[in-house]
Amino acid sequence: MLPSDLKSEMFAGYAAEARKVVTAHLATLRQLPLSFVPGLLRELISFDFKFPVERKARERELAYLDSLSQVQLKECFRDFSEIRLSRQLEEFDWVKQPGQFVERLSAHLWSTHQLDAFRKASNDYADRLRAAVPPEPPPIPRLGISVIGQGVTSYNEPLFRKLRPHGAYFTGIKPENGLRQLLDGVTARAKAHPLPYGHWYIDGGEAVACDPGLTCGSYEGLAATRAELLRKMQEQIEQPGMGPEALRSFLAQLRPGDLGMGRQSGDEVLQRFEVSVLTEGSGTQIFSTVFAQWAAREALRRAQPLTMLVRFAPRQRQKSMNELLSASAKAPAEVDVIGSLVDGDFAAYYNWLNQQRLAGAEHSSFLVWFEGHSQALAIGPSIARGTESRSATDLQQVLGWMS
Amino acid sequence: MRRALRNGASDRELSHVLARTRRDFLREAAGVAVGSALFRPAWARAAAAQRKRKVVVVTFGGGARDQETFMQEGQENIPHLMRELIPRASFFTQVVNQGILGHYVATASLATGVYETFNNFAAVSPEWPTVFEYFRKDLKRPSSDAWVVAPSNGFNRIGESSHRSYGSGLGARVILPKRLLTAATSGSGHDYQHLLRDNYETPYYAPELAGSEFELQQLEMLLKVSVDDFKSHAQTLTSPDELSVYIARRLMRQVAPSLLWITLHDIDVAHAGAYSLYVEGIRRTDRLCSELWHAIQEEPEYAGQTTLFVLPDFGRDSDEDAGGNGFQHHRTGDVLSRTTWMLASGPGIRENVVFDRAVDSRDLVPTLGAILGFHASLAQGKPIDEVV
Repeated sequence: MLPSDLKSEMFAGYAAEARKVVTAHLATLRQLPLSFVPGLLRELISFDFKFPVERKARERELAYLDSLSQVQLKECFRDFSEIRLSRQLEEFDWVKQPGQFVERLSAHLWSTHQLDAFRKASNDYADRLRAAVPPEPPPIPRLGISVIGQGVTSYNEPLFRKLRPHGAYFTGIKPENGLRQLLDGVTARAKAHPLPYGHWYIDGGEAVACDPGLTCGSYEGLAATRAELLRKMQEQIEQPGMGPEALRSFLAQLRPGDLGMGRQSGDEVLQRFEVSVLTEGSGTQIFSTVFAQWAAREALRRAQPLTMLVRFAPRQRQKSMNELLSASAKAPAEVDVIGSLVDGDFAAYYNWLNQQRLAGAEHSSFLVWFEGHSQALAIGPSIARGTESRSATDLQQVLGWMS
Repeated sequence: MRRALRNGASDRELSHVLARTRRDFLREAAGVAVGSALFRPAWARAAAAQRKRKVVVVTFGGGARDQETFMQEGQENIPHLMRELIPRASFFTQVVNQGILGHYVATASLATGVYETFNNFAAVSPEWPTVFEYFRKDLKRPSSDAWVVAPSNGFNRIGESSHRSYGSGLGARVILPKRLLTAATSGSGHDYQHLLRDNYETPYYAPELAGSEFELQQLEMLLKVSVDDFKSHAQTLTSPDELSVYIARRLMRQVAPSLLWITLHDIDVAHAGAYSLYVEGIRRTDRLCSELWHAIQEEPEYAGQTTLFVLPDFGRDSDEDAGGNGFQHHRTGDVLSRTTWMLASGPGIRENVVFDRAVDSRDLVPTLGAILGFHASLAQGKPIDEVV
């Protein structure tokens, strides 16, 4: 089937909002190439469970496409149209399973050496879209905070090496109440600028109590979900004929209810996000540092928050992957605090990079702190780059300088 | 380089910038000279009689990025390559892989000299003849003269293609150390779990094992090591690649194959997303490459007549590409993940010299053919002049 064959009744299985959006733009979708449409449907099929920023972005994208003439659409999607697809892809039920189609398309692009052409088409389209529908600047400058090294008593190697050229390195931080000061600062921003999913606190261990104005999530808070997921993965692995692609498809179809998340406890948008972190992220199920980094990446990419506080906690020591996957979540795991500090240090760099990919990057600020210690690094428009301060100060003061 | 990436330079330009950057860092750190193909050494071919020549190929397993290896900040992770191997090698800064970036299919492409297109996760043989088949058929060598030591997942078929003019009975013997250990411990090797780590990209993928008799027979008959000694030595090791190198050294000592291919894989732990484990994997791989180089110098069957090639199968995603997650994967197909390096060291190969012209990863097989004296007729690359 080709996009030109699309009919509104084909979307009967979509959730209410998704169906409404797709059918409202069907005339445009029919004019787009098959190499593009399922990728868009993959986003739209879960429209009901997207963050507000994502919904708005999709609506603006579709409105832009609607505004183009037939000739302009043809021109805009010429490179996508030139991608050669197989008969199997054309025959795949990509309306019902756009995610699986995209996986198969990816394999097809690799094996037919068309990946570079597809990348170029995608990048060109993203550039064109960004020019036509520029991302909206945030109402206040963004702030990212990473807290690393929980549980480390001493560490003599240099920290924040990737970030130091971009900001000021502090070595005289008074660590007392540091985490509290940061949480208070984040909470104050959430209260002053309330926004759904606009202010996040992600903890790689057990989250400390946080204000309801923050979107909170933690590795320990998802322990039961992770245990159920690992159990299901193990069950699938033991099925005869199970391969990585089949398992990936299985994971992609899991919903919060499948993993024991109660519907009555509310926020299905957040629950779906948490499930996606655990099912789409590699290593998020077993390493808390990886969970925290990937959750932050996905939250930044999707929810585009104004504030993002990420606290890294010690991860379990490395074992064989099968052991890690089959381990009972209840069994006490030996932790690797130094390895986790190194993980967190690099992940903080990624948190900063991912924040800087969002609109308003030139006004954004970022802080990373070695928890319980005197080292921190601050980046922001008001902070001199590549500098060092040994003066005694605390994190509240540093946050003040950054704002 | 970052500036070039941001300015939207073409892939070709980016590869070149990347190679120049690598060269500059090497020149600073190791004092290597910049080479030119015009200075191809006439004495290259005469260094050892072809019949006795041997080749060891080591894939720098799982792929590592420049910033954790050859860039200034990464050189601390590869002290052995920097101080021991590169000063004794010709180093190629720009080896470009245009194929599929999955480890099995990419390693198979290296071994065939053709970009294989099969499903990376399928238990299939390469479609095109492997270097081992060319070597054995052209030179009439026995199966004991070509060996592959590889991580277990999927690699059990890498020694022999499904090509009808080659294939069956003409390939390399493949030894899978983890399978050996599993067999030796009769599947109850709780103390050995750290050596039985899986492919982190596909932890759930475990091809059916063929049974233990053959493996244990290999251990006792070929490697001359008892099951008990093997098990007790394995307990002193920390990773699957250490186990592979241990097995490779036993092979070199007991069988002395002329063509030995060792696929290391520890670095691929990066897929689990923990940066510390990834860097640890690079450091271990660096040390193991040095160990293999020393083994070549020490083994009488290899010393003075062996060419060592070390190269990654491909790189990993850059931090700059928002479509990936940096070091964790190799999914974007960006320039950094496609552009790697290679070092070649041995008799007749110029030492302490760096070449930054583009080399295709398919060039390896024809190059091995030129060194060992066989014709890789279906390979798509061409011999690398600077080392043949």
